[in-house]
Amino acid sequence: MSGPANGGAALELRDVAKSFGSVVALKSGSLEVHPGSIHALVGENGAGKSTLVKIVAGVHRRDGGVFRLHGKDVDFGSTAESKHAGVAVIYQEPTLFPDLSVTENIFMGRQPLGRMRRIDRAAMYAEAESLFTRLGVSIDPRRPALGLSIADQQIIEIAKAISLDASLLIMDEPTAALSGVEVERLFAVARSLRDEGRALVFISHRFDEVFALCDTVTVMRDGAYISTDKIAETTVPEIVSRMVGREVAELFPKTPATIGEVVLEVEGLRRAGVFHDVSFTVRAGEIVGLAGLVGAGRSEIARAVFGVDRYDAGRVRLGGKQVAAHNPRAAIRAGMAFVPEDRRRQGLVTEGSVARNVAGVIRRGLSHAGLLTSAAENRAAGPWAGRLEVKTNALDAKAATMSGGNQQKVVIAKWLATQPRLLIIDEPTRGIDVGTKAEVHRLLSELAGQGMAIVMISSELPEVLGMADRVLVVCEGRITADLDRADATPEAVMHAATHAGGQASHGDEAPDDHDDHHDHDGATTTEVTA
Amino acid sequence: MTDLMLRPSRVSPVQRAAGTVLRSREVAVAAVLVAVILVTTLKSSSFLFSSDGWRDLLLTPCILVPLAIGQTVVIVTRNVDLSVGSVLGLTAYLTGRLFLDHPGLPIVAVFVIGMLAGAVLGAVNGVLVAFGKVPALVITLGTLYIYRGIFLTWAGSNRINASDMPEGFLNLGTASILTIPVLIIIALVVLAVVGYVLWTARGGRELYAIGSDPDAAKLYGLPVTRRVLTAFVVSGALAGLAGVVYTARYGTVSSGAGYGIELQAVGAAVIGGVAIFGGSGTVWGAAIGAFLLVTINRALPIVGIQDFWQQAVVGALIICAVVLDRVLSVRQARRLVEARELS
Repeated sequence: MSGPANGGAALELRDVAKSFGSVVALKSGSLEVHPGSIHALVGENGAGKSTLVKIVAGVHRRDGGVFRLHGKDVDFGSTAESKHAGVAVIYQEPTLFPDLSVTENIFMGRQPLGRMRRIDRAAMYAEAESLFTRLGVSIDPRRPALGLSIADQQIIEIAKAISLDASLLIMDEPTAALSGVEVERLFAVARSLRDEGRALVFISHRFDEVFALCDTVTVMRDGAYISTDKIAETTVPEIVSRMVGREVAELFPKTPATIGEVVLEVEGLRRAGVFHDVSFTVRAGEIVGLAGLVGAGRSEIARAVFGVDRYDAGRVRLGGKQVAAHNPRAAIRAGMAFVPEDRRRQGLVTEGSVARNVAGVIRRGLSHAGLLTSAAENRAAGPWAGRLEVKTNALDAKAATMSGGNQQKVVIAKWLATQPRLLIIDEPTRGIDVGTKAEVHRLLSELAGQGMAIVMISSELPEVLGMADRVLVVCEGRITADLDRADATPEAVMHAATHAGGQASHGDEAPDDHDDHHDHDGATTTEVTA
Repeated sequence: MTDLMLRPSRVSPVQRAAGTVLRSREVAVAAVLVAVILVTTLKSSSFLFSSDGWRDLLLTPCILVPLAIGQTVVIVTRNVDLSVGSVLGLTAYLTGRLFLDHPGLPIVAVFVIGMLAGAVLGAVNGVLVAFGKVPALVITLGTLYIYRGIFLTWAGSNRINASDMPEGFLNLGTASILTIPVLIIIALVVLAVVGYVLWTARGGRELYAIGSDPDAAKLYGLPVTRRVLTAFVVSGALAGLAGVVYTARYGTVSSGAGYGIELQAVGAAVIGGVAIFGGSGTVWGAAIGAFLLVTINRALPIVGIQDFWQQAVVGALIICAVVLDRVLSVRQARRLVEARELS
């Protein structure tokens, strides 16, 4: 009964735009979803899907464009309004109240009331039970949401959305953390909701799921609408090429460097529930790109290697010597440097001067009799800031006042001052304008040329492909592919990033846990050739 | 078919109820309270078995209990109200002034006016916190000094004496029904009402949700601003009530009334199992915590512990309570993650 032609659209977005300050998150998003249809929305990380969803959900207000719900123009100022209009959203990150029971989480704000407006707990638990039965799961409705796995939390979110009796249900990567059985169950529920005449939007990076579940697919890229097709009339390669779209290479001036001896060796790194069996090596002069979807565990691996987070098993060696776990100072002494993802909060003292930031890590070596003078800091910082062309009129300017690109250069300068052998850099160019981006890329390339080993985490596929000598693809906490520069095509990376059980070419196969259901190695995900 | 994600609850309602009671923080704190009373009574039987001892045991917490209840309502939303001591002082003085300036005012009216005045002061906190998006710690630290300043300016060198107030009002401080002091009955009624609302009203549950995860609460479309504002109004009103009770109990109000009691209120809530980062804890626990705090302060001298150590014991109690919570929750979270991984 899916007929896009008959009747109006449940949701209609046309040329919707949204900017946050100077960052354009959405240029022209368009989407038309009909009742009785499951509509896939696909695109790379940062294509603007989540922003689009948040506009429909009432989290953000659009800057421009048409937004209609069941033919009526709407403009939601809060999530309560969109909820009231019959929109239910399952976010990428489950948003539960950890201290409350799962039942309260489902019904918060609209609990069934008995006499004198008191909450009818018995009715609430009964309804939660029946929701769980419908979803085919067995969760104690009285247990707290605290400690639920992401998959279970996702189930709670879905139960919540169903109980809302929404006419439009948006699922933002609901299956990212689910195993095969759980996914099948979710699909059965989604299909039954569709057959009831509801409209569903399904965001996913797993093409096999998109093709198994959805009837229509819309592709987005760089914050803009690209195309809409019937699933039956398109193919995976077609969709992938539209998602990736642009030519790689040009922007990224990677100069070939001589690859030296092994600098970093990571062996069997594991942290329960986060990553498993992570083994890789990085050589001097090599840039290794860590690719994968947001939430795949790339940053977590990097943080564990550098010692910010603990790990349960495994070894990290730098230049043949073991580096103590969970000890960033030991990692720095051994010659590691780590430029974190969130440079404002983790990389910089934004209220401090440029000189103070640059001298931050080496301050011990600069102090005399325990005292650290600004003069010493300026002397030490000057050459580094100069070398990186940090554009600021004075070394005593506050870091907070600089542009994102220059801030990133300050963070890099800070680490270069320690003369590291290994640089781990997480999202090197996030939120940086195009010109400075190229400068950061040239700098990384230069450093590799001088024999530094570099691990670069990036969600921007072109950046990874353009810069890296080798690409490691992380999917659901495992390294699913180890691709040489020559083999690293957008299609190959996307394939490995979305198929956990895909081409596990690195190290030995998971020897520890061989469970047959709800596993994380995704052996249940069916194969699709990309 | 092994498609169960979590084991279903196979426990009977009775078992569940028993388990909940045994694991509950309220029962643990109550047990400590009983132990303190027992030990002290063994040392000196008049602590419990004299008419004065019995009355003091029940009467002394009558000021701290309402404050701890109000504090809990605020802390549950991941905020804190440090101004309650000053609100108490102001309303205690207001109570005296009312009797001085309007003789013949019914006692019930004084209670109502006291609570309204407290609610207004609480609303000032609430508006600044909820709309100004400034941390409650800073706002209420500021109003702590401002309200105290207003109190000192207004009262000057005056103080309210017992002779300024009608007999009927002062009798409240000593009156009792079936050997239970009237003032603590008032506190217990408040406890029952607030506890009931927090447990069974949507608004009450939403306070917990807001404290548990403020961002999620916004995504849910909960009226966060309004609820937080309400929490501060309730805290203020209860501080106002405590002010009136203070005057009835002591009969005199000087400029030091309620000085520093806000920290006792926070301490009582924390001891009673109210998580300082919001989202969990009950007013029952906070009330028992208040009883414990007050009773320990009275018991320690009787047991023969020095002044210095009396303060330290209270401090240790608070730290133990928080550390225990933290350790238990970290262990539980880790166990649940690992269990999930192996299953």
